[in-house]
Amino acid sequence: MKQWLPLKLVFILGLFMVFQYFVPNDTSDMIYEYALDWTIIIGIFALILGLWSLLRVNVDKIKRKSENWQYAVITIAGLFFMMIVGFFPDGGFLTNYWYIHFFSYIMVPIQATMFALLAFFIASAAFRAFRARSLLASVLLLAAFIIMVRFMPMGPLSEPISDLASWVLKVPNLAAKRAIIIGIGLGIVATSLKVLLGIERSYLGKD
Amino acid sequence: MNVFEKMTMLDRRWVYLFLAVVVTFAYLFRNDFSVPVTVTSEVESIYQFIEDLDPGDKILISFDYDPNSLAELHPMARAILLHAFRTDVKVLGVTLSQYGSTMVEELLRNGVEESRELYGIEKKYGEDYCFLGYRPYPALVILGMGQNFRIYFPEDYYNNPLDSLPIMDRVRNYDDVKCVLVLTSGTTGDWWIVYGNAKYDMPLALGVTGVMASDFYPYLGNAIFGLIGGWKGAAEYEKLVGEEHDATAGMPAQVAAHLTIILFILIGNIGYYLSRRKTQTDL
Repeated sequence: MKQWLPLKLVFILGLFMVFQYFVPNDTSDMIYEYALDWTIIIGIFALILGLWSLLRVNVDKIKRKSENWQYAVITIAGLFFMMIVGFFPDGGFLTNYWYIHFFSYIMVPIQATMFALLAFFIASAAFRAFRARSLLASVLLLAAFIIMVRFMPMGPLSEPISDLASWVLKVPNLAAKRAIIIGIGLGIVATSLKVLLGIERSYLGKD
Repeated sequence: MNVFEKMTMLDRRWVYLFLAVVVTFAYLFRNDFSVPVTVTSEVESIYQFIEDLDPGDKILISFDYDPNSLAELHPMARAILLHAFRTDVKVLGVTLSQYGSTMVEELLRNGVEESRELYGIEKKYGEDYCFLGYRPYPALVILGMGQNFRIYFPEDYYNNPLDSLPIMDRVRNYDDVKCVLVLTSGTTGDWWIVYGNAKYDMPLALGVTGVMASDFYPYLGNAIFGLIGGWKGAAEYEKLVGEEHDATAGMPAQVAAHLTIILFILIGNIGYYLSRRKTQTDL
């Protein structure tokens, strides 16, 4: 029963979604919209599960005083603080003074700083990786060079370089990406079929 | 270790320091030199699409980015918003990023103020623009909005029932907006293509960060009709709109950073070539 029911549910609902996608009509649309409503409820349960999991992992860390347990205290404090202030709108939805200030002056600079560090890592990685060691490495180096140079003011050369960069993006890049995308697509179809037919059962867990 | 080997093994901290100094100076002295911006066809097609819309037409903009890519995507969001407001195109805003709501709310508020200052146009919430807010599980929200916006957004961000907003009158799903513009720094770009365009066939255009842009070129001309990539793309849109702002101001710093990276690549390759030649000579 524990295996049988989920497998049958996945098969029936999966088939219905396939049918609905390729043969849309009023009835299937209505059932589809109803199913989308269900996802909101499932989503709420997932949120509760996520909260519970986050709390359990971090409380465990604090109890066991494991390495860097102080960060767990900050995580839990931040979680509850933002939740509590979010529940008390001050002059409008999510316009609470503390909520806005914590978001604008802590969250935004932290995330922006982390992302900005990428420029330094890219510079260092480019310095180490872009070496013309072989023919293929030289082609990669040349392509990277063209893409980077297109941003620069090069006088009369600007337009041809921009055209060349566009060609690199729209022809060789596009061909390679499309091949990868088609491969991934076929892989997704195969995996989905395996799930629908009950061949792939890893989503059921170990029991 | 000879000098050529030292060139190839340069400590990365020197790279970091040099880059930081160059970018800082380029940004501080950004007004002293300008970078000519060449407009690409993929950016121009978005501009032209909005330009060709009739006054009163509606577009949906999905602001699917986090504060980490705010510097790149906020300028393009601002330029598109000003363009839409100036051409009297109505804007439905939504975000599929959990950090998006606060940013989008501020962006829309600033857009309204700027269009008042720049063009003397007064935009009213609920009539000329609205903000639906945020919902989790982006793929499902994209699918849901294709059926009816009200499935996931029975109310807007400010808890107004969607049916009480004049802008939402006779707007049920993607069929009732002229296009969907997605500004994204994550995976939602793929989801909008797979679950949005492939299923509902609405005109779709993307604005993405610089590092993501090459991923979306394969879709250009079929799934998406336009693509704005990073700061450069935002600067192009600012140029088209005639409101050169943050992205244009940041171009000197970006050019300086790219020059620095090219310089280090050259140093690394010269060092590699010369050290290899020396090794071959010694043998």
